[in-house]
Amino acid sequence: MSDITAGAYEYSRTPSIGAVDNYLTHGRTLRSWLVTTDHKRIGILYALSITVFFFIGAIAMAIVRLDLITPAPDLVSDDTYNKLFTLHGIVMVWFFLIPSIPATFGNFMLPLMIGAKDVAFPRLNLTSWYLFVIGALFTIGCIVAGGVDTGWTFYTPYSSQYSHGFVIPAAAGVFITGFSSILTGLNFITTIHSLRTPGMHWFRLPLFVWAMYTTSAVMILATPVLAMTLLLMSAERFFGIPIFDPARGGDPLLFQHLFWFYSHPAVYIMILPAMGVVSEIFTCYARRRIFGYSFMVYCMVGIAVVGFFVWGHHMFVAGQSPFANLVFSFMSFVVAVPSAIKVFNWTATLYRGQITFESPFLYCLGFLWLFTFGGLTGLVLATVPLDVHLTDTYFVVAHFHYIMVGGSVSAFFAALHYWWPKITGRMYDEAWARFAAILMFFGFNLTFFPQFIMGYAGMPRRYHAYAPEFQIFHVLSTAGAAVLGAAYALPALYLLWSLRRGERAGPNPWCATGLEWQTESPPPRDNFRTPPVVVAAPYQYHSETHGPDYQHRDIERAQGTV
Amino acid sequence: MPSVALREPWQDLGHQRNSAVLGMWLFLGTEILFFGGIFAGYSVYRFLHTADFLAAGRETNIYYGSVNTLVLLVSSFVMSLGSRAARAGLFRFARLCFPVTAVLGMVFLTLKGFEYNDDLEKHLFPGASGFPLPEAGAGLFWAFYWVATVVHTIHLTVGIGAVFRLQILSRDDPQWLNDSPSAEVTSLYWHFVDCIWVFLYALIYLPGRS
Repeated sequence: MSDITAGAYEYSRTPSIGAVDNYLTHGRTLRSWLVTTDHKRIGILYALSITVFFFIGAIAMAIVRLDLITPAPDLVSDDTYNKLFTLHGIVMVWFFLIPSIPATFGNFMLPLMIGAKDVAFPRLNLTSWYLFVIGALFTIGCIVAGGVDTGWTFYTPYSSQYSHGFVIPAAAGVFITGFSSILTGLNFITTIHSLRTPGMHWFRLPLFVWAMYTTSAVMILATPVLAMTLLLMSAERFFGIPIFDPARGGDPLLFQHLFWFYSHPAVYIMILPAMGVVSEIFTCYARRRIFGYSFMVYCMVGIAVVGFFVWGHHMFVAGQSPFANLVFSFMSFVVAVPSAIKVFNWTATLYRGQITFESPFLYCLGFLWLFTFGGLTGLVLATVPLDVHLTDTYFVVAHFHYIMVGGSVSAFFAALHYWWPKITGRMYDEAWARFAAILMFFGFNLTFFPQFIMGYAGMPRRYHAYAPEFQIFHVLSTAGAAVLGAAYALPALYLLWSLRRGERAGPNPWCATGLEWQTESPPPRDNFRTPPVVVAAPYQYHSETHGPDYQHRDIERAQGTV
Repeated sequence: MPSVALREPWQDLGHQRNSAVLGMWLFLGTEILFFGGIFAGYSVYRFLHTADFLAAGRETNIYYGSVNTLVLLVSSFVMSLGSRAARAGLFRFARLCFPVTAVLGMVFLTLKGFEYNDDLEKHLFPGASGFPLPEAGAGLFWAFYWVATVVHTIHLTVGIGAVFRLQILSRDDPQWLNDSPSAEVTSLYWHFVDCIWVFLYALIYLPGRS
């Protein structure tokens, strides 16, 4: 299988010492990890940190879902309920999803994929992790002190004047973590500009690298606006100066504009990396070149750019002018076009591929379904009259979970399974991994599909008590959450098992073409013993004249050979 | 022997310099959007409360504002001379420019401190009681005044620290100023902080005075 990839990259490996000295054995003390400037180790530090937050956010929502089994608010108090869903939102958005793929796999894989020794600013990279940790400490402190009840959106005037929660510590945590993602983005862009190995032209970059590039651009340009928004909100709350207070001439809608100017592009910070991952994995397990490489690149750039001009669709019923509604609705339809092109191109990539259903591929198939479904329901919500009916219902909740969990988290797990052998040098148990991938797909749909139906029927989001006719949907959703929880916990078990008992992976267990597979697993401290040279485009899974479609009967018929 | 200014993962100083400059430009892009939040809010409110903003603008002290603008513009000029001198190998001149730049920055901070003191004596802090201006928009104007100038002041303080860093790190090895991208990158940051002030000057001190 791998012989068709030969010649794509000229690379020679120095044997023997490679097996001993790698980035994991380069220093064994705790201190060597805490002061490391190795992008691979920083990726792992991030991975461990966000895993902790993933479980904190999941536990908060588990309690909420248990409470929602019955229409009456019986398990926790109203106040606690508000704090739990706020905690879930803040933690999952800023401490899991935003850093999830970029800060872990991006950090680990980006320099490897472009043949670099490290990122452009290794010490700055470590600084971003420490900023993340400091922000995380603020958030944990906020939880321990009593929590915050504003919802993850911090809408004024509630957050700035009325809430009794710890709003400022929570906002400070998000503010500081925001600078961690800005510095990561800055580092990635400079790395991609400056440290590509000889021959790695812009249009030979793997699509994951392009995904990191566009994501970084969004991080750099959107995150500072959120920082200023939270700063203004906190200044109003702490000093009592008028900024968004309508009683003193301020405009709460201004807060929403500023907030969503970040928070809508933030969705693309979550989904663009997922798109990059899926492009790597589909090509590998279908043994196919990517269909329409350059269009895939233009689409990601298009999503990143147009994504900055759709934020107003969060405010259709907030008192925005009808003209603004129209423009934002139109722009939201426009941003669906490049997303749809990508879905069609992935499908075309699979067409007549030699597909094997390994676990990363299964996760990606799940992504394709869930992202498409989430995207199409996004168009429903981008339609102003429908949104008037559906706004602030569970339909919205289901929609964005299909994108952010069904899309991004599926891709995160796909990436985890795809690159696990590279990162650890070990193979996990494939049967368990497939089972977990399938379980996650069904658990996810059981959790969130009922939410579309009850949302459409009028169940508002964030309500603690609800009308009894919605109970069946909430019970289904909670049951699904239990299945989903099991599907998230399973990989933790078999992946940990693989660290001790897993087979040795070898440099390239999937016979993939990317540069990251051309070095040892785990990679040495400096990534490559000899700097690689790139001589061809990525995804050379078959030569031009030996692709599956070349041998296809239609083509042979057209050539008159049958 | 390779220069001490050369850091991982770079192979040569020129490559490192270009990348560091690119990194700083990207950071300034972030900074522009950061201040963009203030400028956007200010613009919306000035549009909604035009007359109130003009009345509130007249309460600012244009003497402090104008002198401080002059001080910062001169400091930017001197910083520019310093970073060019560092590139040209004129290390003694460069090491003269940096302290002058930093001192001008501190003059700005001192004058700003006096101005804040005057503002507080006139109760021009809209969150506290006794705020003298009755118009609704005036409170908003002064809220943005405080947030914008304090955030700018923090940036300037960081800038002064960065300029002193150049002076300290080049004390024993002036050649470092030439090898390292630090002087150029610091200079970029300094000019940015200066530019932001020029906009703030126009938005804070000039309304209602034409």
